[in-house]
Amino acid sequence: MTVRELCNTAGFTPLALPDPDREIEGCYVGDLLSWVMGNAEYGCAWVTIMTNRNIIAVATLIDMACILLAEGCTLPEDLTELAMSQNVNVLTSEKPAYETCAALAKLL
Amino acid sequence: MSDALKFEYKISGENFASAGEATMRIKKELRSLGFTPALIRRVSIAMYEGEINMVIHAGGGVATVLVYPECVEITLADQGPGIADISLAMQEGYTTAPDAIRSFGFGAGMGLPNMKKYTDDMRIESELNKGTTVYMKINA
Repeated sequence: MTVRELCNTAGFTPLALPDPDREIEGCYVGDLLSWVMGNAEYGCAWVTIMTNRNIIAVATLIDMACILLAEGCTLPEDLTELAMSQNVNVLTSEKPAYETCAALAKLL
Repeated sequence: MSDALKFEYKISGENFASAGEATMRIKKELRSLGFTPALIRRVSIAMYEGEINMVIHAGGGVATVLVYPECVEITLADQGPGIADISLAMQEGYTTAPDAIRSFGFGAGMGLPNMKKYTDDMRIESELNKGTTVYMKINA
């Protein structure tokens, strides 16, 4: 499933969508960035509530399919621009992390 | 071993938010040199963790990266407070990072273990009140 299809199917809102046709190959959830870097896989959708600029770096280093912010978290404007320039898709879900992951589990 | 390409980056200790710039630059260099995504990923994660460590603990430092066809060697040198007990620092979950760092999502005690996990060789030399040098090698 692509990131654009995920938005349309699950009703997640895109905050930055520079690479909408990127294929999602799995899911990882976590907020401790080193933990995420140690364990998340290439091509995953990463569910987190962190919204600082380091998440863009982590998504780039792992080469994730997208960051999926839970709990309705949003990005500051400068980070939206950074995500676009670094080719990182960022979506937001109104639901808490657990429900967001449950929705992903049904779709992936 | 053939001649290396050498890259050197100064890591600023002042701005935590900008940590990772050197990593992004070396990532771009390795990509243009045609290294595999898997190698680039390992180098990037190890170096990013190292950069973060230097910013959190040591007020910055210098990253030197030697790129050979068959491997990448990273040396991270700082003049920070040093590591009192390296084997303790290597344990997952052990951290001396200040609480404020955790609001950025770091300080979980996973930095050095991640660096070891993603590299083929890693050595730490440290002297209290003098500084720390971390050497890492990643085979292509």
